[in-house]
Amino acid sequence: MDAARPRTLFDKVWDSHVVPGTGGEGLGDGGSGREGLPAVLYVDLHLVHEVTSPQAFAELRRRGLRVRRPSQTLATMDHSTPTDPSIGAARLRMIDPQGAAQLEQLERNCREHGITLFAMDSPERGIVHVIGPEQGLTQPGMTVVCGDSHTSTHGAFGALAFGIGTSEVAHVLATQCLLQHRPKTFEIRVDGALGPAVTAKDLILYVISTLGVDGGTGHVFEYRGSAIRGLDMDGRMTICNMSIEGGARAGMIAPDETTFAYLRGRPRAPRGEAWERALDAWRRLPTDDGAPFDRTVTIDAAQIQPMVTFGTNPGMGIPVRGTVPGEEGVPEGQRRTFAEALAYMDLDPGRPLLGHKIDVVFVGSCTNSRISDLRAAASVLRGRRVASGVRMLVVPGSHQVKRLAEEEHLDEVFRAAGAEWREAGCSMCLAMNGDQLEPGQYAVSTSNRNFEGRQGPGGRTFLASPLTAAASAVRGEITDVREML
Amino acid sequence: MDSPRFTTLASRVAPLPIDNVDTDRIIPARYLKVTDKNGLGEGLFADWRRGADGSPDPDFALNRPELRGARILLAGDNFGCGSSREHAAWALLGAGFQAVLSTRFADIFRNNSLKNGLLVVEIPVGTWREILALVERDPAIEIEIDLSAQRVLLPDGVDVSFTIDPFSKHCLLNGVDQLGFLLEQLPAVERFEAVRPARIDSRA
Ligand code: SF4
Repeated sequence: MDAARPRTLFDKVWDSHVVPGTGGEGLGDGGSGREGLPAVLYVDLHLVHEVTSPQAFAELRRRGLRVRRPSQTLATMDHSTPTDPSIGAARLRMIDPQGAAQLEQLERNCREHGITLFAMDSPERGIVHVIGPEQGLTQPGMTVVCGDSHTSTHGAFGALAFGIGTSEVAHVLATQCLLQHRPKTFEIRVDGALGPAVTAKDLILYVISTLGVDGGTGHVFEYRGSAIRGLDMDGRMTICNMSIEGGARAGMIAPDETTFAYLRGRPRAPRGEAWERALDAWRRLPTDDGAPFDRTVTIDAAQIQPMVTFGTNPGMGIPVRGTVPGEEGVPEGQRRTFAEALAYMDLDPGRPLLGHKIDVVFVGSCTNSRISDLRAAASVLRGRRVASGVRMLVVPGSHQVKRLAEEEHLDEVFRAAGAEWREAGCSMCLAMNGDQLEPGQYAVSTSNRNFEGRQGPGGRTFLASPLTAAASAVRGEITDVREML
Repeated sequence: MDSPRFTTLASRVAPLPIDNVDTDRIIPARYLKVTDKNGLGEGLFADWRRGADGSPDPDFALNRPELRGARILLAGDNFGCGSSREHAAWALLGAGFQAVLSTRFADIFRNNSLKNGLLVVEIPVGTWREILALVERDPAIEIEIDLSAQRVLLPDGVDVSFTIDPFSKHCLLNGVDQLGFLLEQLPAVERFEAVRPARIDSRA
């Protein structure tokens, strides 16, 4: 390879993980050679959870295979775990035998293959995309995969991280590799300063509302520019997390001093001399000047307002003071889908979202359940109360986030405001652990998907930032948090 | 279990002309508490197929008696976006589908489908509209998909080519076991690991 050719961050990580000398000649186009043959891509870190792994372990068992690199694999329980502190393992077996069986299966699989598992009572347990970074396992320049589409979160560290299906989970368990076609690159440059109360969540909702939910299909995003550089790691994770909501399997941010400061001293981050060596390598990762991207968009950070979604996909977002759009701007072929989304949400075009009554507020999920998110929500709730008739759940992303929040007495702020302070887990982000909306209910959620039924059959989701969620909880309606600062 | 194969298919077509159908729609999360792949057809489009009271919605395309047995789904743009759950492909297969036609598929869904022998075929929007019009006029019409020739044949004689990555095509036509293929690469992987020590130890 020509060393002088300027390369993107993605190029550098991809190139250094393609296993050389993998044959397969003859499997290509019409048997003519290597053309069209996917790369064998090496995986540094494989994260595993209970929902998308059982069939993969079964496949290994069927073939008599072992997990090849347990030391590069880490498992947790998050999706189907109850967040009600009163529900222990015994009660879970009563109320949700299927979910409990899945958790027990993961325990058996991990024991059999020597995989470290953060089980129910582990002080390190949490949402899979919260614990990787928290442990210092997610590091710049690595490849990270998980049977979960929000694996894109880990790209905030300058890792190439993407979600895979269960067949691929089996591939990685057995070989530590994947067959992958090289994706294209897409630069998302956000320059300037974000306005007051405009957060990383608003930024990414704005990006997706601009590009659409399929704007990134076939691409890997790289978020660049001064507005991105100015974000802390929690904010960067929020951005990369929702790359998949823009259709991109992965989103990346070049590592810098903010990244290194976050990682230094984490339990599984390199130490001593190894740390110095790692730093040297990490500093060479950022995109070279002049490296070409397949696509580029430029966004002015000052244009971005606090955002709320009005429809049933994350691309249907508007500024909190905006009005629900009509079908005028919607291409002909998509009008039916658009009309169905508005019908599901029971919203009328031309009406403001501001002041729309809500029933539930959910602060949590791998998008917004880290300590900065909880601090933001608490900053609004301090000295205020959740409106009567509104249920608010605050669900930390991990046991560690929960402990940190409690050390800072944030739990007291939430409880005093009338919110529920729950156990770590995916909770109401997806309806499979007991936390869910009732049919017809409206929720402001800090999660990432407002799909029909995502938070419970018939439930209706407005996606927003933790600040907007907390402000809306206080007033019982969609609120511009800037009025409460 | 043999590796999935696909050669040709002729079938009626069930139309689902809605864009951005996500995998939560295809199979809601509450159906994911399984440890095997069986029976997921039950959960396919569960909240569309059945009303709030659990009774089948007669208007939903897949419930129409004349479309029963259709093995091709005509889906809207960006089909399969959202969650990476392979259960979406398993559910479609479980309900008897063997191919999905759309103008565009989400990346992870496409990978998952092809690995399970569910052929996802990207067609131009003009062809897509034509098929929809044909099916709406006469639900009994059949469409033929020929993977080897990479062609879709419409009953009116129109014949459209489609693209598919050559490796997936090869695997489907010949029943190549992708995990088996990867296992054969292990000597090269070992050489790679020898010069490039693991970056982490999750057990530490
Ligand atoms: S919090 Fe939600 S999006 Fe994140 S991993 Fe859990 S279920 Fe998936």
